[in-house]
Amino acid sequence: MTRTVKFKIYRYDPDKDAAPYMQDLSVELDPSDRKLLDALVKIKALDDSMSYRRSCREGVCGSDAMNINGKNGLACLTDIDSLAQPITLRPLPGLPVIRDLIVDMTQFFKQYHSIKPYVVNNSPAPEKERLQTPDEREELNGLYECILCACCSTSCPSFWWNPDKFVGPAGLLAAYRFIADTRDEATNERLDNLEDPYRLFRCHTIMNCVDVCPKHLNPTKAIGKIKELMLSRAV
Amino acid sequence: MVKRLVVGAHYGFRDWLVQRVTGTVMAFFTVYMLVRIAALPAWDNAAWRALMSGGFTKFVTFLFALSLFFHAWIGVRDIWMDYVKPISVRLTLHAITLLALTGYAGWVAQILWRL
Repeated sequence: MTRTVKFKIYRYDPDKDAAPYMQDLSVELDPSDRKLLDALVKIKALDDSMSYRRSCREGVCGSDAMNINGKNGLACLTDIDSLAQPITLRPLPGLPVIRDLIVDMTQFFKQYHSIKPYVVNNSPAPEKERLQTPDEREELNGLYECILCACCSTSCPSFWWNPDKFVGPAGLLAAYRFIADTRDEATNERLDNLEDPYRLFRCHTIMNCVDVCPKHLNPTKAIGKIKELMLSRAV
Repeated sequence: MVKRLVVGAHYGFRDWLVQRVTGTVMAFFTVYMLVRIAALPAWDNAAWRALMSGGFTKFVTFLFALSLFFHAWIGVRDIWMDYVKPISVRLTLHAITLLALTGYAGWVAQILWRL
């Protein structure tokens, strides 16, 4: 049986619109349309000027992150029937809007790159590979799974106020992922890089990041572990 | 001068740690004072004076005041850092905050040690 779902969608085309506005619309959905992304695909078929990013449609690429009824999430992982109507869709908060639900992620990725998201190891490479014990590998669980969708960083007030200076939860989770990696040799440099009132210490454990992460990761815990390491280095 | 975004002041950890320690001191003081006040023999000036002029109470009250001011310095400075963008205005506010809190600390010591 088909059902009608009401939407309120943020629309802004800088080439045409003087200011952003909210568009009310309804869409007929089939029983097989279960996720929010299914509805967005239908809406796109009705009005091809409505723009959003999407790719894998299964919560792996992180493209379709948006603000859904006031909370950041991935359209492809969100059940339509779990949402109160009209379903209000806005672009991720705190980043410049390019068009409709598409935001400019430059600042977000700049912060991610600033923590050097790769293993730094200047020792001669072994014949096969750099090994880890199962326990050492275990430490990376809950860290490496981040898909960089930016749901966390764009829900963080500290990132809203200082997106150019605060690394943000996604970047800090990645920072700890490499600090925790036993194959990495740059722990001290990484801690030095974060020892800054803005880069790390803008985090006031508000925990919006934990609340919205579609992969159920915990950046606050990772940030706490970075602070613990700084403590054990200092005293 | 070229306008460049700069970060990397290489401090922050110590302040974060100070806030935790001073927070603990304030929590301890609150419990201590509640217990002592609940145990006051009478609710009058003499009993209050006797409590506040005790050596240990003076010691922890002074520690509490210092903790409060250190804690407030970091907290208020963080607010200025978040919301006040022009460096000159921010520096002025930092200085006013520091000077005011230092003055308050002296004032507290004077009141406390007069008893």
